[in-house]
Amino acid sequence: MPNGFPVHSDYFLAIIRNSVFAGELMDEGLKSELTKQGIYVVKLEQLYNWGRSNSVWPLGFGLACCAIEMIAASMARFDLSRFGAEVFRPSPRQADLMIVAGTVTKKMAPQVVRLYNQMPEPKYVIAMGACAISGGPFKQGYNVLKGIDRYIPVDVHIPGCPPRPEALIHAFMTLQRKIDAQKVFGPDRAHHFDADKPSEFPIPLYGEHDLVPAKNPNVWEPAVVVR
Amino acid sequence: MGAEKHPYLFLLVFFVMALGFAVGPLILAALWAKFVSPQKPGNVKNSTYECGLESKGDAWVAFKSEYYLYAILFLVFDVETIFLLPFAVAFTGLSVGAILAMLIFVLLLVEGLAWAWVKGVLTWK
Repeated sequence: MPNGFPVHSDYFLAIIRNSVFAGELMDEGLKSELTKQGIYVVKLEQLYNWGRSNSVWPLGFGLACCAIEMIAASMARFDLSRFGAEVFRPSPRQADLMIVAGTVTKKMAPQVVRLYNQMPEPKYVIAMGACAISGGPFKQGYNVLKGIDRYIPVDVHIPGCPPRPEALIHAFMTLQRKIDAQKVFGPDRAHHFDADKPSEFPIPLYGEHDLVPAKNPNVWEPAVVVR
Repeated sequence: MGAEKHPYLFLLVFFVMALGFAVGPLILAALWAKFVSPQKPGNVKNSTYECGLESKGDAWVAFKSEYYLYAILFLVFDVETIFLLPFAVAFTGLSVGAILAMLIFVLLLVEGLAWAWVKGVLTWK
């Protein structure tokens, strides 16, 4: 370091393009030493994930009382905008997170799946509350879907009836960690980088007795009960 | 080529910077989409947004524009009121040219009224 160069006060960001492909090119000790000097060396992948995990835009979409807690989480007291996620979008075209906040009735399930299909990739789902993850108190009812994960891939499940805003914030942070860990290249790269993986999921129809099909076997299989 | 010789050079620089600022991210996004993140269009995704319901028909619906007649009539009387009141107040002190100009202006508006009359808008049915 040249003398008099104001390194400590500045926030430098150096990107090593090659390390995206070749893994960790830089020595860990050197990296740590540079960090002490205020120079942060990251992979392009990390920068990309850092950017998008801090600007997750949820779809303005509430189904039942959980939506009230979701609204409370976005208001001043809990302030979801600390996570860059206060921009609730009125159109699925602009959203990348669907918070399924509330009871999904069988009448509503096709609409939920269609909205999910209309969101551009990368897209994520938080199933909020007992109803959205399993049917909750209405599980025995004839008209309530027993968990939205039967049709769309859910990233984070939050139990609770309804979950408090803190629980939603925790789910958010969990999702952010999940996004941060996603790979851009390689065989285990994230879902949306793979052209062969689907972006749309089959929309169930409201049949004579139940939704047809009753589940998407590519997304969900009933749990095996071990006695 | 100093700033004294070309005082508006900074406008050109500013324009180029602004253009780059707007177009640069678009180019980056297009490159990212081409090489890294594939586009996945689909029937449902490309369909008209109807709050999750199945969209029926086309989004390019022709709206009837019959209310334009009311808009024209409103404009005729609205603009007339705005200009006729000061015209009447300053009437005695105006020159011949000003009065002629005002009459032509009123004539233009009356033309709209006459046109609406011919169309039969003023007939009460």
